[in-house]
Amino acid sequence: MGKVLEKEAFGLAAKDNSGVLSPFRFARRETGEKDVRFKVLFCGICHTDLHMIRNDWGMSTYPLVPGHEIVGLVTEVGGKVTKFKTGDKVGVGCMVGSCGSCDSCTEGLENYCPKMIQTYGFKYYDDTITYGGYSDNMVCDEAFIIRIPDNLPLDAAAPLLCAGITVYSPLKYHGLDKPGMHIGVVGLGGLGHVAVKFAKAMGTKVTVISTSDSKRGEAINRLGADAFVVSRDPQQIKGAMGTMDGIINTVSATHSLLPLLGMLKHKGKLVMVGAPEKPLELSVMPLIFERKMVMGSMIGGIKETQEMVDMAGKHNITADIELISADYVNTAMERLEKADVRYRFVIDVANTLKPTP
Amino acid sequence: MAISLDRNKAFGWAANDKSGILSPFHFSRRENGDNDVTVKILFCGVCHSDLHTIKNDWGFSHYPIIPGHEIVGIATKVGKNVTKFKEGDRVGVGVIIGSCQSCESCNQDLENYCPQLVYTYNSRSIDGTRNQGGYSDKIVVDQRFVLSFPDGLPSDSGAPLLCAGITVYSPMKYYGMTEEKGKHLGVSGLGGLGHLAVKIGKAFGLKVTVISRSSEKEREAIDRLAADSFLVTTDSQKMKDAIGTMDFVLDTVSPEHSLLPLLSLLKVNGKLVTLGLPEKPLELPIFPLVLGRKMLGGSQIGGMKETQEMLDFCAKHNIVADIELIKMSDINSAMARLARSDVRYRFVIDVANSISLL
Repeated sequence: MGKVLEKEAFGLAAKDNSGVLSPFRFARRETGEKDVRFKVLFCGICHTDLHMIRNDWGMSTYPLVPGHEIVGLVTEVGGKVTKFKTGDKVGVGCMVGSCGSCDSCTEGLENYCPKMIQTYGFKYYDDTITYGGYSDNMVCDEAFIIRIPDNLPLDAAAPLLCAGITVYSPLKYHGLDKPGMHIGVVGLGGLGHVAVKFAKAMGTKVTVISTSDSKRGEAINRLGADAFVVSRDPQQIKGAMGTMDGIINTVSATHSLLPLLGMLKHKGKLVMVGAPEKPLELSVMPLIFERKMVMGSMIGGIKETQEMVDMAGKHNITADIELISADYVNTAMERLEKADVRYRFVIDVANTLKPTP
Repeated sequence: MAISLDRNKAFGWAANDKSGILSPFHFSRRENGDNDVTVKILFCGVCHSDLHTIKNDWGFSHYPIIPGHEIVGIATKVGKNVTKFKEGDRVGVGVIIGSCQSCESCNQDLENYCPQLVYTYNSRSIDGTRNQGGYSDKIVVDQRFVLSFPDGLPSDSGAPLLCAGITVYSPMKYYGMTEEKGKHLGVSGLGGLGHLAVKIGKAFGLKVTVISRSSEKEREAIDRLAADSFLVTTDSQKMKDAIGTMDFVLDTVSPEHSLLPLLSLLKVNGKLVTLGLPEKPLELPIFPLVLGRKMLGGSQIGGMKETQEMLDFCAKHNIVADIELIKMSDINSAMARLARSDVRYRFVIDVANSISLL
């Protein structure tokens, strides 16, 4: 039997695959004994939100309230909650539930649990559909709540909850976090710019690889990248051949992997965190003759998400954001589609998302 | 640079053009130098690479080509600096006969990844010599690239270990497949590489599933090679049931094929290692890699140290190839059968007994 949802909520939802977001009143569950309830202050706009509101992946159900880079202040905690109290600065990323008992869950990798429940558009244990952070309040099991360090501005910290962990996890898992290593970052968008910041904080040398020269100045001067290679320039590619220990590839458009594989050293790792929908052409020669690898990665577990945010706190790492009001969100989506943002939109939820009368 | 011109006459069978037809061929080897071992060849395995090379499938063949890089024989002469071998020793020569011996790869005993790697045939050494392979009566090789053939390992059925054996053994070690007994290995393709991967996998205590396009080889995979199970890729229900069950998949298939079904068989964090060399690029679906933190890697042969380690391991576990022994004069019909994968599972040429001067 479905649970009766008691707490009113207000947000922005897509009602169909046009993806247009409009005001939406709905209800969330009461704060259960293991739940943390918080007032949403800010929510980042992830490219996944754009894909989901348009049903690009064929898995969306409507109405869909997106948003999985959610930060706010705790307003209520359930009786069995031990780690958080009212007033704490907290966040929720891409997951709100998992089975808790499979191999992945027991290793702190809830993101790979086959029963992982995403923050929006998924069926929760009480048979309700999860609604994301483009909304005024959020309730979530304590196990999936992240504490935000005091020194981080909440608006610019929000994108860490998806973009941040998405690049941090593979840098650590694949051992690409050792000082002195040379890391390539393909694509300078929401994921890419945060990858540069984390990789630099880990002490690595960072080269940004981009299709155009336009972002060279800010990559080097503002983000601290050590070098910049335009992937359409054969001379620049040639100069970078065989120089990188690992490459974090954030690009989801179809593109050629061969020059990227060429830039890796022997045994180098090409990590895909962007997800092109169509298969990419792959010559196996660099894998066979130079033992290079292609691997994928998707967000990260809760423990490592907390670790990532704590590292961000220590090194003052936040996203570069454009703060927008709730009524700008559809325009923001159009601009996001054209990659016209430096580098993440964040919705000023508390100040601008108001219920319609 | 002076090339030592050699009166060290030799005889073999060579392909003269991309028809790939092999025929008798007189040539010379270099004189045995101070670091060299001269090997009277007893047996030579027929590798699929031999077929690709004589037909110029990869576009870099230079004729005439004597193929053959799974060579077992007897040392008949050793140079004065040679310490590891003496006359009369049973030795092996595999896929490589030279490297720079000073780069990072060479210093790590990974000569197979040296940028100046010299292959046993269809290659040129630094002194300009064109190298010819093991379908011949003798070969002269630098001692660093000669292997000691363990007692207890038969020369004929042990020969394919020198390419096929190391080609599957090296990635199994490198990608961590052998660290824990009981892990589940899928072996895609049951040919020269695949059947040895099954035997070596079982010797490491792995659970092994053979993945094949047809059920033709099921009985022998299970009964003779001791595979734990057999999965036919065209059986959609069985493939569905096998989703997410394997820690590793070794893909030995070279013709173009889809990676998606193999990736789907992997558990989270699973590794797919490809060994075949298709003529065209493959298509790599990215979603399965991302959603399951999966990896695609490759490997080629192995360094000299690990090739010796592999031979010793196989001798200890009585692992040899399943072979069909042929005469040198049968090589062209054997190649035609190899092109149709009509061999269980490696042809080996009985060189010493059938290569004769015409």
